[in-house]
Amino acid sequence: MHDPDAPDSDESPHRLTRRGFLTQAGMAGVASVAAAMPLVGAAEAAPVPEAPDIPGTVPVALRINGTTHRIRIDPRATLLDTLRETVHLTGTKKGCDHGQCGACTVHVNGQRVNSCLRLALMHEGDDITTIEGIGVPEALHPMQAAFVAHDGYQCGYCTSGQIMSAVALLKEPCGPSDADVKELMSGNICRCGAYPNIVAAIQQVRGNTRVSEG
Amino acid sequence: MKSALSQLSFARPRTLEEALTLLRDEPLVPIAGATDLYVGLNFGTLKAQRFLDITRLEELRGISVTGDRLVIGAGTTYTTIMHSASVRAHWPILADAASQVGGVQIQNRGTLGGNVANASPAGDTLPVLAVADAILQLRSAQSQRAVPFNSFYTGYRQTVLRPDELIVSIELPMVEGKQWFRKVGTRAAQAISKLVMAAVRTEAPRIALGSVAPTPLRLRRTEAALAGGSSIEDAIGVLQTEITPIDDLRSSEAYRRAVAGNLLRRFWAS
Ligand SMILES: Cc1cc2nc3c(=O)[nH]c(=O)nc-3n(C[C@H](O)[C@H](O)[C@H](O)COP(=O)(O)OP(=O)(O)OC[C@H]3O[C@@H](n4cnc5c(N)ncnc54)[C@H](O)[C@@H]3O)c2cc1C
Ligand code: FES
Ligand code: FES
Repeated sequence: MHDPDAPDSDESPHRLTRRGFLTQAGMAGVASVAAAMPLVGAAEAAPVPEAPDIPGTVPVALRINGTTHRIRIDPRATLLDTLRETVHLTGTKKGCDHGQCGACTVHVNGQRVNSCLRLALMHEGDDITTIEGIGVPEALHPMQAAFVAHDGYQCGYCTSGQIMSAVALLKEPCGPSDADVKELMSGNICRCGAYPNIVAAIQQVRGNTRVSEG
Repeated sequence: MKSALSQLSFARPRTLEEALTLLRDEPLVPIAGATDLYVGLNFGTLKAQRFLDITRLEELRGISVTGDRLVIGAGTTYTTIMHSASVRAHWPILADAASQVGGVQIQNRGTLGGNVANASPAGDTLPVLAVADAILQLRSAQSQRAVPFNSFYTGYRQTVLRPDELIVSIELPMVEGKQWFRKVGTRAAQAISKLVMAAVRTEAPRIALGSVAPTPLRLRRTEAALAGGSSIEDAIGVLQTEITPIDDLRSSEAYRRAVAGNLLRRFWAS
């Protein structure tokens, strides 16, 4: 059932996780809805070498954290759902699913975007970076280390999005003050209210310790 | 192209020419930044199945100064607009408006053409385009026409754009005089505005408001009153007869009326 075209990904094709099972069940559900709608393409199936693919899905090659993943997805799938459910990179979180919370922030060609507002198919050929591509526990990105040092989270649900935004911010035009940082981080909501520590972490990495409130 | 389309639910043309031909041949919904569209798609409120990705069309991108006009490609993002030296030099309030749309993630993808075509009366850039007397260049496979921004909207979320047309560019004639812009919302960069005012202080002042009527509104009678020497209090009285705000989940009619008057007073005192 696992796509034999996806050997580039690190995922073992034989590991049937609970998530994998749910994903496949979910995909089947999507496919039957799509066939009934009818979704374009369901009638004329794409010419794919191995046949057992779910009808209505389309092949796509996505370059994520430097690795090309050849997968099949529902053409309407968001980049967020594709990352989590198909590529199994679950570090990127789903908060609101409509662009308001920033939990799903990833980088596309170095720019931060809300992956819940992106169609995965529109990103063939782009360089996508997720939190998994920023650093690993043995070698944290300085921003990840600063979030740990400053307790820039409580529950941690918003944290990967916060860090992806904060890493992008380092290359954006941003004034020196805490207020400047808050303005540029306003697309990322933290329900736990860890904002002061998040700002402190970012300012440490930028080399600005506490510039007065603006 | 037919085969590509029948495999996918959307097409990804590389040139404007190709995009317009596709639009002529069948009904397709253009996708630019998808920041408005995808919300509808995700919520299942958008029934469309066939899309036209216009993000790869170079012809829709970029900012230039041509004669006495600032010309902005419809597919230009807010991030590009807010950092453009030409925009800052000639229409600084457009840069202000762009910098207050959503957060950075939205600004990196949302486009000016999308704000115009989406036709929400709350669109933040729209009052700026109204006071600029902006001109929209629309193209289809067969024709090109220039439509004044101030006659583009015909009613709530209704425009004169035909299904086979794309907005190609938005032209803002240069203007003398001090420009002024205020967005009143709940949070700095995340809120859909409760009220937006854009204005230019010239001999014949230009004033426009968002979120006070079914479409972005140029306040022609208020402008005439101020140009004719009316007191600010009288002008606010005229303004109140021009606007038709409603109660909705973001605000109430009474609040919007009070804030609209206050904004006019602030602009005039500035
Ligand atoms: C979290 C969040 C916050 C937001 N905050 C604000 C805000 O503060 N202020 C504000 O004004 N808006 C805001 N928006 C709305 C949105 O970002 C803007 O309206 C944006 O400009 C839409 O542009 P887009 O390129 O994403 O359009 P899309 O979503 O791609 O398209 C919108 C509509 O325009 C049509 N369209 C797009 N380009 C063209 C073209 N060239 N020719 C013809 N039709 C076209 C599409 O078919 C569609 O109907 C917000 C949205 C989100 C999700
Ligand atoms: S999940 Fe994408 S912004 Fe909330
Ligand atoms: S740490 Fe809990 S939402 Fe931010």
